Amino acid sequence: MADMAATNEAIKRCRLAPGVNLSLIRTGKFKTGYFSAFFLRELNEAEAAQNALITSVLLRGSRTLPDMKAIAAREGELYGAKINPVIRQLGEVQAFGLTVSFADDRFLPGGERLLEEVIAFAGELLLDPATRGGLLNSDYVASEKANLCDRINSLVNNKGAYAQERMKRHMFKNEKYSVYLLGSAESAERITAQGLTRHYKRVLAESRLELFYCGSAEEERISAAVRKAFRTLPHGTERPDVATELITECGEPKYVSETMSVTQGNLALGFRLGEVMRDKLPDYAALAVFNAIYGGSINSKLFLNVRERLSLCYDVHSGIDRQKGVMTVSAGIDFSKYGQALETILDMLELCRKGDISDEELNTAKKVILTDLKSASDSAVYLDAFWLRQTVSGLDYGPEVFAALVEEVTKEKVVRVARSVRLDTVYFLKGEEAGV
Amino acid sequence: MKPRFYQKLDETLFEGELDNGLKIFVIPKKGFSMKYAFFAARYGGCDRRFKLGGRWVDTPAGIAHFLEHKMFDMPDYNAFSVMTARGAWPNAFTAYGMTGYLFSCTDAFDECLRTMLDYVSTPYFTEESVQKEQGIIGQEIRMNENNPNRVVIQNLFKALFKSHPARESIIGTMESISRITAQTLYDCHRIFYSPSNMVLCCSGDIDPDRVAAIAQQEVAAPAGEAPERDYGQEEGPLPDRVRIEASMEVAQPLFACGSKVSFLEDPREWTKLLFAAGLGCELLAGEASSLYADMYSSGLINKTFGIGTMSLPRSAVAIANGRCAEPMRVVERLSEAAERFEIGPEEEALFIRLKKTAIGNFLAGLDSVENLCHTHAEGYFNGCLPFEYLDIINEIKAEDAAAFIRSAFALPKLSVSIVNPLSGRPAV
Repeated sequence: MADMAATNEAIKRCRLAPGVNLSLIRTGKFKTGYFSAFFLRELNEAEAAQNALITSVLLRGSRTLPDMKAIAAREGELYGAKINPVIRQLGEVQAFGLTVSFADDRFLPGGERLLEEVIAFAGELLLDPATRGGLLNSDYVASEKANLCDRINSLVNNKGAYAQERMKRHMFKNEKYSVYLLGSAESAERITAQGLTRHYKRVLAESRLELFYCGSAEEERISAAVRKAFRTLPHGTERPDVATELITECGEPKYVSETMSVTQGNLALGFRLGEVMRDKLPDYAALAVFNAIYGGSINSKLFLNVRERLSLCYDVHSGIDRQKGVMTVSAGIDFSKYGQALETILDMLELCRKGDISDEELNTAKKVILTDLKSASDSAVYLDAFWLRQTVSGLDYGPEVFAALVEEVTKEKVVRVARSVRLDTVYFLKGEEAGV
Repeated sequence: MKPRFYQKLDETLFEGELDNGLKIFVIPKKGFSMKYAFFAARYGGCDRRFKLGGRWVDTPAGIAHFLEHKMFDMPDYNAFSVMTARGAWPNAFTAYGMTGYLFSCTDAFDECLRTMLDYVSTPYFTEESVQKEQGIIGQEIRMNENNPNRVVIQNLFKALFKSHPARESIIGTMESISRITAQTLYDCHRIFYSPSNMVLCCSGDIDPDRVAAIAQQEVAAPAGEAPERDYGQEEGPLPDRVRIEASMEVAQPLFACGSKVSFLEDPREWTKLLFAAGLGCELLAGEASSLYADMYSSGLINKTFGIGTMSLPRSAVAIANGRCAEPMRVVERLSEAAERFEIGPEEEALFIRLKKTAIGNFLAGLDSVENLCHTHAEGYFNGCLPFEYLDIINEIKAEDAAAFIRSAFALPKLSVSIVNPLSGRPAV
């Protein structure tokens, strides 16, 4: 681990105000700087579409840059500092805001100071929107609403992702987790400029705000730029933490199938991670290693058996959401192979439960995760995602500590996770003429 | 390995060539944890008809991609297992004009490089393993058939080209891959994976001479003869068909419209034309243009709209695509604006900003070891290396970009591909 300590970039966390945090990673090895700002809200049907809409509307125009052309012109002046709206799901937390990458001052021809300008630009877009009669511009709201509805409806264009969402709809029927990250088209339709303005003000005053910077600038410089750019953020208000409801029990597995005009079937399985999530501090490292062994890597049991040995699919993989304590498996298969694919996917889990895991499988799984964690320090985007996840989990350790925890995972710990996992829902999207 | 320092970029490129013709590039990155290697053959989805022993040979669509899948099989070890056991992440892809093998790792770079060079240089196929792969790739084909974003672009190529092999998808069809045998794979490997048809690019905190020494030991095959390839007849500027439509399970129509870009033999001129084309597309209807703002504000397009170029062997395509209710109105707006496009003060100012953006994007690309390796392989095959791009971008004049737009989006040259929703009304 010695070499990691040398290359790992330390993070500095500053509390700017209650519920408003700035995380900084200083490194000289990039030719670009990176800044992000995320508001954190509870994922629920009432708000999801509004939260998904806010950043899109804000990026249509601010007070001094009143339309898209003015914003694009500003981005061009700032050497293509592209502002991207971003929305992410972390368990039952909806994180939404913007990210921006920009050229490092050191390499610019005229020796300009870009950092302050870029952060001020991001701050203005988030906090000082174009308004009409005190409301968010109603034309912008109407047009972004139409775009949001199109995005929600177009989930169906990606059959694998669509099958996953349908599975979640059935599995988490009475939980917030069933809500699609962008909300529903019906609730998006109901949004008005008035309602969205009210909600936007609530977001500014009441939501946790996480700011992140990675680049070569010293702490004083970035901190001063951020304080200045976010000075109009309401203060003195409560910005509560948002949590995810954990459910570890499930009854008999549910089987659901739906039809569509498609040439390939999509299988989506949902599992609860079970009692291991009830530990005072769940062993996230063991979850990660279990996932890599079962279906999270190209050396996993699912990949080597469902794909390589039986040629049933091109893509098969498992994934874990540690916030919600859920594992999903997805595979694109021929309609007629439903039974064989499902049986094999469950057999592989059974092997893990029985402890049928070789030392090689265990070590390879660890190595894959360790490489991923070490590579993290080469990508500002990855570091941002890592730290946001840590923040939402209430954890304060970095990639190098997580790597050390992964090294300590034993086969027994992996088997304990496998034994705790319970199948909840099996969803199959099949063709109209396919009989299963 | 000979170093060359690029002062403006603060980067050093090491370049070398083995006696058997294998070209090597190394871009050291001090302080990076991730190490990356990319080993590519100038052999892609379009290389299906070639001259061998004085005779023209036709191979099935999807052969280069099929071969890529099968290169991970070894007589005495499983390439995936050996690489992942060292914590490396191996992968590969097949493009229209190249097949690339790659891995990223943080430790054991030398051993991983040896292994990758070994499995890419060692053909090992059996009829049984070929049959198995037909099942796996068959599902990959089905997955693409259900992906409207792929269908709309592939159909556009079909409509644009009369005989260029980009008409067919890189991975082939269920029918074409059923004609692939172990022998076809051995033949294509021998012809196209000879060291003189390949390039090795590495980046990360690594020693260039060490990379060359390892390649010297592992890539022992002699130089092969470069086969003459057939990319179809002279295409001419006009499309084969002006419109092509399909119906799928989608919420709203998807469209792609575009034209063919005539190839230039001089590599630097061709690279410059593609950059001018990219800037031209942005100037006409990129996010910072008036036309984009107009079409976006009126609800004609949304964020899925994009415009740019895609390069193919000895050709390229200018494409505008997206998801919208009235694709034909978008096409009309684009071609109208293109035909009367002139550089005024506003366009000149936008052009200067677009060049700044291009420079910013180019600098950002220097932070990615993956991007550095891929662009060097591509640049080498095209005859113009990426660290020259900054100078090329600076040479481009607004009028070069304008001339491209007027030609590329002129109505007679355009094809339009549309994917309609199954249950909805056809696109207006």
